Amino acid sequence: MDLMIPDSGLLFWMLIAFGILFFILARFGWPLITGVVERRNERIAKALSDAAAARQLLATLKLQEEKILQQSRDEQTKLVEQTEALRIKLTDQARKAALEESRIILEKAKEQIQQEKEAVMQELKFYVASLSVEVAEKVLRQKLDTDSRQLELINRLVDESLKPRA
Amino acid sequence: MKRHILIFFLFMFPILEFTTPLQAAHKERPPVDAREVILGHLKDSYHWHFFDMGEKHISLPLPVIVRSRERGWFVFLSSRLEESGTYKGFSIAEEGRSAGKIVEKDASGNQTRPFDISITKNVVSLFFTCVLLIFLVLNLARWYRKQEQEGNPDAVPSGFNGIMEWVTMSIYEGVIVKCVGKDHKRYAPYLLTAFFFIFLTNLLGLVPIFPAGANLTGNIAVTLSLALCTMIAINIFGNKEYWKEILWPDVPIFMKAPVPIMQIIEFFGILTKPMALMIRLFANIFAGHIIILALTSLVFLTVAMGPAINASMSVVSVLFSVFMMVLELLVAYIQAYVFTMLSAIFIGLSRKEPHKPEIQAGAINMEKK
Repeated sequence: MDLMIPDSGLLFWMLIAFGILFFILARFGWPLITGVVERRNERIAKALSDAAAARQLLATLKLQEEKILQQSRDEQTKLVEQTEALRIKLTDQARKAALEESRIILEKAKEQIQQEKEAVMQELKFYVASLSVEVAEKVLRQKLDTDSRQLELINRLVDESLKPRA
Repeated sequence: MKRHILIFFLFMFPILEFTTPLQAAHKERPPVDAREVILGHLKDSYHWHFFDMGEKHISLPLPVIVRSRERGWFVFLSSRLEESGTYKGFSIAEEGRSAGKIVEKDASGNQTRPFDISITKNVVSLFFTCVLLIFLVLNLARWYRKQEQEGNPDAVPSGFNGIMEWVTMSIYEGVIVKCVGKDHKRYAPYLLTAFFFIFLTNLLGLVPIFPAGANLTGNIAVTLSLALCTMIAINIFGNKEYWKEILWPDVPIFMKAPVPIMQIIEFFGILTKPMALMIRLFANIFAGHIIILALTSLVFLTVAMGPAINASMSVVSVLFSVFMMVLELLVAYIQAYVFTMLSAIFIGLSRKEPHKPEIQAGAINMEKK
């Protein structure tokens, strides 16, 4: 069966051609192709893991951000509450101070009024006294124009003066 | 669908009715010898035969390069042989061991075979395949280099280059890296070259027009060369462990000394591995070609049986041929894949680490856990 006997000529050319083919492709073809694709695969894998890491980082950052935001919100509320309390306290104080002040002023005014009233009363007293003295003088002048009456008055006055002692 | 088939048959019959009288006129022509036609297509030849036009053969003459033992080198075109049958004492043997090959008559009148390295049909096809493959691969390599120079090393090729990259990487990552092991970088060029050479040759073998169509991987010389390369790759670079397993395997002592039974078996193993590769590829492709050619021959063989049988058999033949062609496309890939995978496995076995006793291996596994 000549089909199973390798032909020397074809064997010869096959070994040469395949050898050259192998040499050329091994030198300029396959290492470059597999190298490029392997490097690309590595880069893609790295990019993917980087992206995953970045996503992770982003998630943590977002969490942190949320936390910071929450903190600041809390602080804000606290501050607002504090300010409110302070405001209330301050207005309270102010009101109290004002009340005190007004009370003092009022007191002073009352005192002054009292003093002035007393002074007026004093003056009035003097005036009434002098007036009564004047009136008395005039009454006396009029009534004591007779001796009898003078005596009568003297007596009555002495009686009156003596009476309360008795 | 049914109507289409009916229309098809309606068209088929008049054509056949028309051609049969013509064929009847050539009744004196000898009946088609299918065996001869099929084997003629599968075997190598000194010229590239395209088709017959009447009595004339239309073919491309190819250079014959022979070295006569007595007269030295001769180079001439194969058409010289066809014109007169003999040229400068060389002729194509009709029968005998070297039927179909160039022979010469030596001084004593005996028919001898000169040293023949003619550029035959298969050699032309081989060169064509190699050039095509170099072009395809270097084209992809050049594309990568260009992209790298232009500053986008992550570019992915599209179109045919994309297919090339995909096939290359599927073989590289799916077969070579997995089967060879840690030395895969060293063997990848050979295995990839072998895969693409076989695959491309198989595919070109299915294309029936010039310059494809030669039965290259269905030729024992080609598969022998490939198997030889694998054998070299296995044995020349085999490590100490590989040779130890052949020369002094881990078996009871009476099996390896004083009568070296195991060594003989292992030695045959060295030979049978590439032998299996050689025969498998050859037989698969050869058989596929035979089936396709036999189905095609049905058309011509059934001419004598009348137009009705001829027509129906032609339809059957075409349908089966299409089916076989599709199947052969699959086989083209599978055989290239199998050759590469087995080569890779054999190479991997020749580079294996010294295997440790089971208990120790178990202990290591436990440690890992």
